[in-house]
Amino acid sequence: MPSFRNSPPPSLEFVDETTDSITLVFKGELRTDSVSKVWGKARKKTSSRLFSTVIIDVHNINYCDGTGIAMLADLLLETQRRTNVDITLEGLKEDFQQLLDQFDLKHFKPEPESKAKSIPITEEVGLTASQFLQDLKELISFVGEAFYSLWIALKHPSTIRWKDMLLTIERAGVNALPIVCLICFLMGLIMAFQSAIPLKQFAAELFIADLVSVAMLRELGPLMTAILLAGRSGSAFAAEIGTMKVNEEVNALQTMGIDPVRFLAIPRIIASIIVTPLLTLFANFMGLVGGWVVYVSLGFPTIVYINQIKSAVTLTDLWGGLFKAGVFGLLVAGIGCFRGMQTSMGASAVGQSTTRAVVSGIVLIVMADGLFSVIYYILGL
Amino acid sequence: MTIKNDIVIQASALTCAYGTSVILDNINFEVRRGEVFIILGGSGCGKSTLLKHLIGLYQPAGGSIKIIDQDLVHANQQEHRRILKNIGVMYQSGALFGSMSLLENVRLPLEEHTALDTHAMNLIAHMKLSLVGLGNFTKHYPSEVSGGMQKRAAIARAMALDPEVLFLDEPSAGLDPITSSELDALIRRLAESLGITFVIVSHELASIFAIADRVIMLDAETKGIIADGPPVTLQQSHSNAAVREFFNRGKHNNITQVED
Ligand SMILES: Nc1ncnc2c1ncn2[C@@H]1O[C@H](COP(=O)(O)OP(=O)(O)OP(=O)(O)O)[C@@H](O)[C@H]1O
Ligand SMILES: [Mg+2]
Repeated sequence: MPSFRNSPPPSLEFVDETTDSITLVFKGELRTDSVSKVWGKARKKTSSRLFSTVIIDVHNINYCDGTGIAMLADLLLETQRRTNVDITLEGLKEDFQQLLDQFDLKHFKPEPESKAKSIPITEEVGLTASQFLQDLKELISFVGEAFYSLWIALKHPSTIRWKDMLLTIERAGVNALPIVCLICFLMGLIMAFQSAIPLKQFAAELFIADLVSVAMLRELGPLMTAILLAGRSGSAFAAEIGTMKVNEEVNALQTMGIDPVRFLAIPRIIASIIVTPLLTLFANFMGLVGGWVVYVSLGFPTIVYINQIKSAVTLTDLWGGLFKAGVFGLLVAGIGCFRGMQTSMGASAVGQSTTRAVVSGIVLIVMADGLFSVIYYILGL
Repeated sequence: MTIKNDIVIQASALTCAYGTSVILDNINFEVRRGEVFIILGGSGCGKSTLLKHLIGLYQPAGGSIKIIDQDLVHANQQEHRRILKNIGVMYQSGALFGSMSLLENVRLPLEEHTALDTHAMNLIAHMKLSLVGLGNFTKHYPSEVSGGMQKRAAIARAMALDPEVLFLDEPSAGLDPITSSELDALIRRLAESLGITFVIVSHELASIFAIADRVIMLDAETKGIIADGPPVTLQQSHSNAAVREFFNRGKHNNITQVED
């Protein structure tokens, strides 16, 4: 016998149609892939308020799968929807009757079509606000926990998982080097090029070097590195830890008496604190190289560029930038791990916490950068 | 009305391997329509592997698989899609979509493969879930129900399209005895009244004796089938003592427990 599915679609006829009664005669095979037409037609008849007596005749149905059964059930359920109707099913073969009998149609409540529930705007505002506060509370408690664990870890370096940390240094640091170098090279280049035109009007192209070096070392080097780190590694941390959370691996750690923050977050945070300033060094250098390309192409010798930079920036600028970078690394890794730990159940949860890790990572970086500007200004750096 | 005896799945000289490590070597068997076909064997002997090859997730390293008159190994995309429409699969881990409610999980194959309207699809999905006792949990998400409930929902999803062949990887693992025997009754009923073919990986001896028409037993050492036949025959008179013991072990244990 060939495949089951090559049978023709079932047919439906209406006979004995009077003003208030009708008989629906089904013929053929009721199957998932061919039943949809007769289903719609039949439902129209049974649900029209004209008929108070409906007979469903299935003597000539010789096959009826689960979907066919569902259709018959749907037609019979009409009696639930309105009271003044009498629907009878005639001639269903024993085998199929059994399948229908599995459902207690008297008490079967079919799924109401789900409508998106709309919440009044006041409620939504309140909900969002309370979620925000809750989020803030969790963040603060995570910060406390992380600093405590960090403190303990630094006091007892043997408890740090060095292998994990080295692995993270490789993934978040070494592997990020090409993209950091490329972006910062281009930034230096573009910055120099764009400023060359207005500066030329004042015959001040010489100061392109000052501009590029101050901007890169003090601001853009650390900032760009941190933003790239947030996109590359902050999200990865959130996804890794989030997946572990979803798979109950974090619970497993807890029940083994292992502190998940110490086990998962600390190696990543330490690695980021180490790696971000190092990457920033490369970023600064490549930015300066980008500026140099423009400088030289404008006809200045290299030595002028170097001397100009020497007079423009001090070592304090460099150290200030690198310190900032370290703090950014802490923030990015911390928030990445925090979002990972926050992950709720469900498949989209990991995606959500990854997104939130990147977004709040970048927001934190920018806020911290603003704070640093103020502090450095006050300190006169 | 069961139309038995025509072959639904035929595996010839089938070899399954991951890379260079061969898991199953040169095995032959066929499954007939309306049969409840059980794959048995120790943990790690390749039952799930065999199942994944039968549904076309992996290409066999050798041999051929014919399923519902189609060559699975050489099927083009369209033929493959047709085969997939006619089979239902429940994975060992359930593999429900976490971002969808149970009802939406069951409705998904209907949305993709049929022309039914939303009302009809919701009703069918609801009925399938009621069949496995989850009629009151349609709106829940997989993460909000227990492990056994996820398993049952996965069975409901596999049945959504009323496929001709259902592949179930350890359907009764993690279920309580009552739910598990209800599931057995459901499987028998579907096989008998609709002629649905079941290919089931299972360890539950009680359940195997209740539902199986035929059993094959895989073995990790020989990488092949060491027993093939109805469970009662294998239990009583199989030439391989290890096979007889496998089937009798359960009984012995039961007896000693009763005596205790
Ligand atoms: N993706 C894979 N890559 C390589 N080897 C695999 C892979 N999946 C399974 N294996 C190997 O194949 C063998 C059989 O695995 P399989 O999952 O089929 O076992 P099983 O019989 O289903 O066991 P269980 O009863 O525990 O589920 C095992 O030795 C396993 O190590
Ligand atoms: Mg398995």
